[in-house]
Amino acid sequence: MGTKSTAAERPRAAAEPARLALICALSWLFPGAGHLLQGRREKGLVFLVALPLMFAIGLWLQGRLFPLELSDPLVFLGAIADRGIGAPYIIARFMDAGAGTVTAASYEYGNTFLMTAGLLNFLVILDAFDIAQGRK
Amino acid sequence: MTTSHFLLMVLYALFVSLVFAVLLKDQPREQLKTGAMMFGGFIGVAYVLGWLMFPFPL
Repeated sequence: MGTKSTAAERPRAAAEPARLALICALSWLFPGAGHLLQGRREKGLVFLVALPLMFAIGLWLQGRLFPLELSDPLVFLGAIADRGIGAPYIIARFMDAGAGTVTAASYEYGNTFLMTAGLLNFLVILDAFDIAQGRK
Repeated sequence: MTTSHFLLMVLYALFVSLVFAVLLKDQPREQLKTGAMMFGGFIGVAYVLGWLMFPFPL
């Protein structure tokens, strides 16, 4: 019973604003951390493994981490999506990864993996927020 | 790098189905059912669209 998260899944009172902000920030930085912090161990672990792995596959497929360029709206939106994954993005930037190889056959696949990982993490953050608010 | 487009699509479908199933459902049984349906839907639609693009290329 100790490993099951069902006991923690009962609706509860909304968290304080500071705790809410902490949960959202941690959830952005480390996908699934917001769930782990709130006792949803299984969900948190799935997100913690799956999303960074998806991001890493995107880099392996020679996808590109887009720059924040307001002049090109689609690139800008792609850049926002890329940044949604948090720490893996920061690490990739420090390692000079994500330059992207346009001529590679897997380039578009790589971009799709990178952006989807970030966008899915945005949903994970919203889910963690809902749990902290006592809505789930 | 030689990677199968179909394999990459399957891998993508697997990750997206997994995350959505875990997000949307709380019970492992429901998660498995939702994930499997979503994954099957991804593959099925991609397969049908792939064949449709054979006689009608974009």
